[in-house]
Amino acid sequence: MGILKTFALGGVHPEENKLSSQAAIEVLPIPKQVVVPLGQNLGAPSKPVVKKGDKVKTGQRIAEAGGFISANIHSPVSGTVLKIDSSIDSTGYKRPCIFISVEGDDWDESIDRTDKIETNILLTPDEIVSRIKSSGIVGLGGATFPTSVKLMPPPGKKAEYLVINGVECEPYLTSDHRIMLEKGREIMVGIQILMKALHVEKAIIGIENNKKDAINHLTELSRSLPGIQVVSLKVQYPQGGEKQLIKAVLNREVPSGKLPIEVGCVVQNVGTAFAVYEAVQKNKPLFERVVTVTGKGVKKPSNFLVRIGTSVQELIEAAGGISETTAKVISGGPMMGKALTSLEAPVVKGTSGILLMDDGESHRKVENPCIRCSKCTYACPMGLEPFLLIKTAKLGNYEMAEKEMIMDCIECGSCQFTCPSGIPLLDYLRLGKIKVGQSIRNRNLKKA
Amino acid sequence: MMNKFTISGSPHIQGDASTKKIMYGVVIAMMPALLVGVYYFGIGAVRVLLLAVVASLFFEWLIQKYLIKGPVTITDGSALVTGILLAMNVPSNLPGWMVVVGALIAIGMAKMSFGGLGKNIFNPALVARVFLLVSFPVQMTSWPKPTPISNGLADVITGPTPLGIVKEGLGNGQTMSQLAPELPSYTQDMIGSIGGSLGEVSAIALILGGLYMLWKKIITWHIPVSILLTVVIFSGIMWGFNPEQYADPVFQLLTGGLMLGAIFMATDMVTSPMTKGGQLIFGIGVGLLTILIRFWGAYPEGVSFAILIMNAVVPLINKGFKPRRFGARPGVTVKA
Repeated sequence: MGILKTFALGGVHPEENKLSSQAAIEVLPIPKQVVVPLGQNLGAPSKPVVKKGDKVKTGQRIAEAGGFISANIHSPVSGTVLKIDSSIDSTGYKRPCIFISVEGDDWDESIDRTDKIETNILLTPDEIVSRIKSSGIVGLGGATFPTSVKLMPPPGKKAEYLVINGVECEPYLTSDHRIMLEKGREIMVGIQILMKALHVEKAIIGIENNKKDAINHLTELSRSLPGIQVVSLKVQYPQGGEKQLIKAVLNREVPSGKLPIEVGCVVQNVGTAFAVYEAVQKNKPLFERVVTVTGKGVKKPSNFLVRIGTSVQELIEAAGGISETTAKVISGGPMMGKALTSLEAPVVKGTSGILLMDDGESHRKVENPCIRCSKCTYACPMGLEPFLLIKTAKLGNYEMAEKEMIMDCIECGSCQFTCPSGIPLLDYLRLGKIKVGQSIRNRNLKKA
Repeated sequence: MMNKFTISGSPHIQGDASTKKIMYGVVIAMMPALLVGVYYFGIGAVRVLLLAVVASLFFEWLIQKYLIKGPVTITDGSALVTGILLAMNVPSNLPGWMVVVGALIAIGMAKMSFGGLGKNIFNPALVARVFLLVSFPVQMTSWPKPTPISNGLADVITGPTPLGIVKEGLGNGQTMSQLAPELPSYTQDMIGSIGGSLGEVSAIALILGGLYMLWKKIITWHIPVSILLTVVIFSGIMWGFNPEQYADPVFQLLTGGLMLGAIFMATDMVTSPMTKGGQLIFGIGVGLLTILIRFWGAYPEGVSFAILIMNAVVPLINKGFKPRRFGARPGVTVKA
């Protein structure tokens, strides 16, 4: 075995803590009520197409895309629409949601509920894209960018590679790992569907070396499939970032401010590939996903197949409940996840995991003066200077922040993770990015 | 009952690095050189070391508590490092009150007046050393001869440093071959049985400390290696040109404060450039200035001045040398 591939610049290696990697995916019982937020994807929120009192079936469309970058939403359960009202979501804000009370589990007839794996891809590329669009599929790695948009390269651009993200570089999370182990064959069909839609001949699946069983399994499956290659990667955070992954597997760098298509790549998560398989081959829209429930204080770290709209509370109870010492509940991983304000927050399309942290683990270090050690600069995977950018943000010098390329920051948190002085670098970076983003938008408006 | 949750932005975990760990790591790295200093300069070295450390901690405490009236952070290890470095940079027979004045200059003037830890432009211990050198040139250049502890507490005899012998000899019209018998061997330079400041004499001990800091990732190789390489190349050229007028590069490497400066003083995080490219330029600058001063300056030794001068241009270097930005080397151009 040679030297494992990884990305070129920066990165950190936090403790992996993959506590639930051996826990097979369990189907979580359907709750009594689901709360389905209308803003689940990157871009515009969806618009409801049902009203109070309507009877809905599992898989029936209940909200439609609210713009080009938006997605349909399907009912995760069968039952009656109780109301459309605001409710707290994972951002901590009250946002419009569709409340549905559950009655049985009556699926839409058009969905193929058999276990048979359909390997023949009958749909044409255009039909595939429109099926993915109508099924409400978004990037399940966490970014929730509508998948169909990524499959339609802008005029003049052409995809050469489909890069499949099986990296799961966030500590603790194991949902992608379990999907690769348990749904490998479906993922392979999903990848072929995506390749067909993109008109590409080559696909690369990048997986970090701490998931050897998944690497072996998918390598075995890919043997009979020309054009699909599995690449084993050195464990290094944030390798799951699109730009870092492309750099790692193909040694190509997406230029500043550009999309992966600029270097001929389209990146999709393994979970998304599975959802694509289900939508295209089984006509099943996206209304459930695999969520890891984990943490050092969790009795039974698990991976659950969960209907969208199930409350985080119910997930935690299924994993053995919350302990007295739990001080922080995070939606997502410890590096990029969001701290939840309430356990009522529902699971959404982008929920990859729920992480419970104890008091000691969740406290930030005391902030000390910057000693200019440069560790943040060495750790930055984008080659930025976080110590300098936070100074521009603190001083309100956003022009300089923009010149120093603050918008390239991917908010991975490597700088803050590595800082010996416990400085909350990413807090200030976010502030700077918001301000610079506003001024760029204002400038563009003036031009237009 | 409901738990109350902590809310904060990501990341929710942090590594175990800390300022304290870095500072105490530097202290551990200085141990070999300090032990050699104590071995050769005996009780005088212990006295200077204790005075410098206690005075540095005391002045930091005094200023933080009574002048700034802010939090007292003398346990963070930074004043300890400054104190030890100050001691390493002076002769072991320096009068005690001068050591205390040095500590006041280092902590009070070079560090706290700029705003404390992380905000000083110049290396505090070096500012103090140069202050003492300019103010008390006689005491700062009367070097005790190394006498191993095993010889007992004999009266301290003073003598010149190897660099001093060369400077004076060449100045008096002698040649390097004529001076050679007066100079210590390379082996003596390596282990440290030569005259000099109490922490600078043993090249081996200093390199050992440097390797420890590299292993613990406290420093990177860029600054020490670029300084030492520049010194070797620049002095090598001059020596090749006229070996009778210029001492050879190995001599330049092993004598004076070069190792101490390159490994412990120039690598000070606070006062060195932030990017690796900048650090290389910084190191080359220190190396060039050191040799310029050693060959053509008034002082026999120039490392302290060289580092301080380069400290002053660090902000400029930081402006000019940016890290390699991701995306600057696409690796492919895709045409539709």
